[in-house]
Amino acid sequence: MKKQTVGQSMDRVDGRLKVTGGARYFADHQPEGMLYAALVCSPVSSGRITAIDATKALRAPGVADVVSHLNAPPVPGYKVENPNPKQGLKIFHDDRIYSNGQPVAIVVANTLERAVYAASLVKVTYAQEVHQTDMAHSMDQAFQNKNMKDYLRGEADAWKKAPVSVEAEYNIPIEVHNPMELAGIIAHWETPDKLTLYAKTQGVKSVQQSLKTLFQLPESQITVHSQFVGGAFGMALRIWPMEIATILAAKKIRKPVKLVITRKDMFTLVGYRPAAKQRIGIGATAEGKLTGITHEAVANTSPYEDFTEAIVNMSRMMYACPNVNTHYQLVPLNLSTPVWMRGPGEATGAFALESAIDELAHKLHMDPLQLRLVNHADIDPERNLPYSSKYLKEAYEMGAAKIGWQQRSQTPGKLEENGWLVGYGMSSGVFGAGRGRATASATLKADGSLVVRSAAADIGPGTATAMVQIAADATGIDVKKIKFLLGESEYPEAPRQGGSSTVSTVGSAVNDVCRNLQQKLGELATANIPAFKDLKAENIQHEDGQLVAGNTRLDYAALLQQQQLPELVVTTTSQAGDERKQYAMYSFSVHFAKVQVHPATGVVRIKHIVSVADSGTVVNSKTARSQMIGGVVGGIGMALTEEALIDHRFGRYVNNNYADYHVPVNADTPPTDVLFINKKDPVINPMGAKGMGEIALIGFAAAVSNAVFNATGKRVRDLPITPDKLI
Amino acid sequence: MNQFSYVRPASQQAAIDAITRDSSARFIAGGTNLLDLMKNGVLAPEKLVDINRLPLKNITLNNNILHIGALTLNSEVAAHPLVKTHHPLLSQVLLAGASQQLRNMATTGGNMMQRTRCSYFYDITMPCNKRTPGSGCSAIGGINRMHAIFGASDQCIAVHPSDMCIALVALDATVLVAGPKGNRRIPFGEFHRLPGNTPDKDNNLGKGELITGIEIPHSPFTQNVYYLKVRDRASYAFALVSVAAALDISNNTIRGARLAMGGVAHKPWRLHEAEKTLIGKSPTADNFRIAATVATQSARTYQHNAFKVPMAQNSIVTALQKAAAV
Repeated sequence: MKKQTVGQSMDRVDGRLKVTGGARYFADHQPEGMLYAALVCSPVSSGRITAIDATKALRAPGVADVVSHLNAPPVPGYKVENPNPKQGLKIFHDDRIYSNGQPVAIVVANTLERAVYAASLVKVTYAQEVHQTDMAHSMDQAFQNKNMKDYLRGEADAWKKAPVSVEAEYNIPIEVHNPMELAGIIAHWETPDKLTLYAKTQGVKSVQQSLKTLFQLPESQITVHSQFVGGAFGMALRIWPMEIATILAAKKIRKPVKLVITRKDMFTLVGYRPAAKQRIGIGATAEGKLTGITHEAVANTSPYEDFTEAIVNMSRMMYACPNVNTHYQLVPLNLSTPVWMRGPGEATGAFALESAIDELAHKLHMDPLQLRLVNHADIDPERNLPYSSKYLKEAYEMGAAKIGWQQRSQTPGKLEENGWLVGYGMSSGVFGAGRGRATASATLKADGSLVVRSAAADIGPGTATAMVQIAADATGIDVKKIKFLLGESEYPEAPRQGGSSTVSTVGSAVNDVCRNLQQKLGELATANIPAFKDLKAENIQHEDGQLVAGNTRLDYAALLQQQQLPELVVTTTSQAGDERKQYAMYSFSVHFAKVQVHPATGVVRIKHIVSVADSGTVVNSKTARSQMIGGVVGGIGMALTEEALIDHRFGRYVNNNYADYHVPVNADTPPTDVLFINKKDPVINPMGAKGMGEIALIGFAAAVSNAVFNATGKRVRDLPITPDKLI
Repeated sequence: MNQFSYVRPASQQAAIDAITRDSSARFIAGGTNLLDLMKNGVLAPEKLVDINRLPLKNITLNNNILHIGALTLNSEVAAHPLVKTHHPLLSQVLLAGASQQLRNMATTGGNMMQRTRCSYFYDITMPCNKRTPGSGCSAIGGINRMHAIFGASDQCIAVHPSDMCIALVALDATVLVAGPKGNRRIPFGEFHRLPGNTPDKDNNLGKGELITGIEIPHSPFTQNVYYLKVRDRASYAFALVSVAAALDISNNTIRGARLAMGGVAHKPWRLHEAEKTLIGKSPTADNFRIAATVATQSARTYQHNAFKVPMAQNSIVTALQKAAAV
């Protein structure tokens, strides 16, 4: 029998297309007659537009129109009854300015250069009002909405009575996704009620659904194409006002319009990881048994939407601790709305919790790895359920061995290499292993090739490759004869690519549709082929793309040819069942870092990283490793370099470009070992694969910060750890 | 970006004439900074005079004086055997700057002409005296972590961003200039300016003047040199503080010393007084520490950049130790 392909290190099925320029990203499309757009954005952070003078812009060469709230076509969905007072930014609906950088007009011209130039000629006047972008000065505005319930297990603030305790505050600044590919959209109204879009999105169906409501169109009238996405990290999980602006401009001008926003606008138009101030109180017995954890967080949102995420949730379920209480609030600021950014809230929370664990271990004179083992949760302490699978202890052990944890000194500041202080740190990460609902279709052709379709996305992890592997194992058909197609709204429904659940959700649908395809083939064989007529379809063996009955082997292709069928199409919807009520399902990660800190300049160099993932079956060891390394690079940015700076007097970002907003470069990225537990989860889905995208990042920053403490004795609780904080 | 005309003269004189006739015209060589400034609306020249065809791309050694043509690329200078042999400090500083892609475009003259990276200078919606004289300095009272600790004024606290210039000021280079009134030579230390009341003027080039090259005199600093650049990430970041250190040591005695800093002032910051404290001394940490203290006596800090004083002191000591290989 053919070797299993799941678990193999297979090259990306679209790798050649990507490196040869053959992959078409949204901006590569060029519908006939397409025009180019540029945005005019507010330099004011709060107030009203009092006038827009587009006279000069309209006279500039090649300009088709300048669209703003003064002349935009109406958006029917803006008027739909909605009890929620915060209904998002209704772009071009009124004169209100909520944040700096908010688009106030869109200029459309026959070349990009002309659009950009004409945008500089639009004169907008504002009635400026007082704005607030500094969370530290807005804490009195903190609130909770109905999605943000306090959590209590046992006794509140029990850590205060513990023999040994730590209380500390941790701050993270705004971080911006900054994928390489800029955001934008091409909007094309093919008729007044038929809209075609080329989008950068993590979910074509989700875009279709949002627009269905906003423009009151049937789903069949909205087509969304998004076959390739040049990175997103969460910023393309929703439709943004600038995309609506482009759709409105295209509607008014009646021509396809393309908008690609600038790097500067990536800071203000497509979300970000919100700033968060967190306080942790944690207490333990002298032996290190946790007795109480209190985790409080305040994060920012925009004036017009409440963005909530799971910042405090890890503290509820990571460790066996009888008393836990959490509290989470939002502060509205004159900024655009945040959005999930890789690891999302859990990464923010893990920095606080996993730093506090390290602080507690230091106070207890205990190895932080030992402290974590002592408090290992054998069952989910939040829901009192067994885990579907959990190999965290093995992960700790593997990681510790690989980094050389025994070389760590319990006392900080004791190790040195070439005049640099050396430290070791570790942390854990956890993220819910989800499984949603997805549909896939399988089309078997008479030549024996198989095409599987689902409206999934691939923002980089190699979705199509993994799906081809899953389909190959399910059908026995060779990977070279299988195609997986995604990123089209006309395909069977799949959720957005987010929350580390694509392999689990879409992969299950792919597996199931392949099984159903085999059932159909079996039925075809039992009904028509003499050698199979005494068998039941479900009892027929399938091997290597063949039906097997005793000594008779029949190629799928031959069966279709014999029956004169050009193709056989099966569609299947797949979703989780009751098992999700019986088990707690989580992916776990463990990060180890060895750092050097220069005592004179405060420069931190990461020398070695080991990240271990307990994410069930690893479908493709090559793309999985890449995904984990990507998490490490993002984690280095979070720990050491990334911070979006706002001048609060103006409410305006001052480092909104790749030169000043420091994502890590190759020179910041050390040798990285990625280790996988690679043990099948017996419950979660047919492949036994749990998610990996988020755990790659969750906890990572704490491993670095804990290593810096171990090297220097200095605890940096405000990210990023730049040299000025260590000298 | 505004519409502009573009000319590519074949001779130095034609280039100078083309600039002199048009008050907003600019020379362009690598364009690695000018194009950004134009895209951001900071500069809107009506004419660009492309000088890339002029014969100013060369590195020669005559009578022990190294001559580098203004159009020689940063990457060419960094890799050139004459530079690596006679002025290794210059090679080091160049490799610490920008990225290989930028160094492949950026020229020697253009490097000297690059503008500050102060965010407020680049964002035309916020006041900046350097961009719009009299509008105010947003960095004072704003985000000024990257800003000057030496020689600033209440008009401007921006810093000069170049790494290359730190070595050139330390090595007593001379800037060769051609202009409507003929050729002249400007000592490197007098080329760039402090902001004073005219922060819009970065340097002392006159109207229509063109940098044609630099000269570096013979120096004994071929062994004990080091450039320490402290920055927020390991590559492609401007200096928080940088130190160029060059020592001439014999018999455990410092015969000559050069020290200059980047990331701390509106111009490449030479530390003459600190250098003097080292002459005749032995290369020890204590002596280096004395030099560092003297070097930072005139420091003045702002809300976010007080860390630069201890960082500068520590960096001076570290750079000197590295240079002395002790």
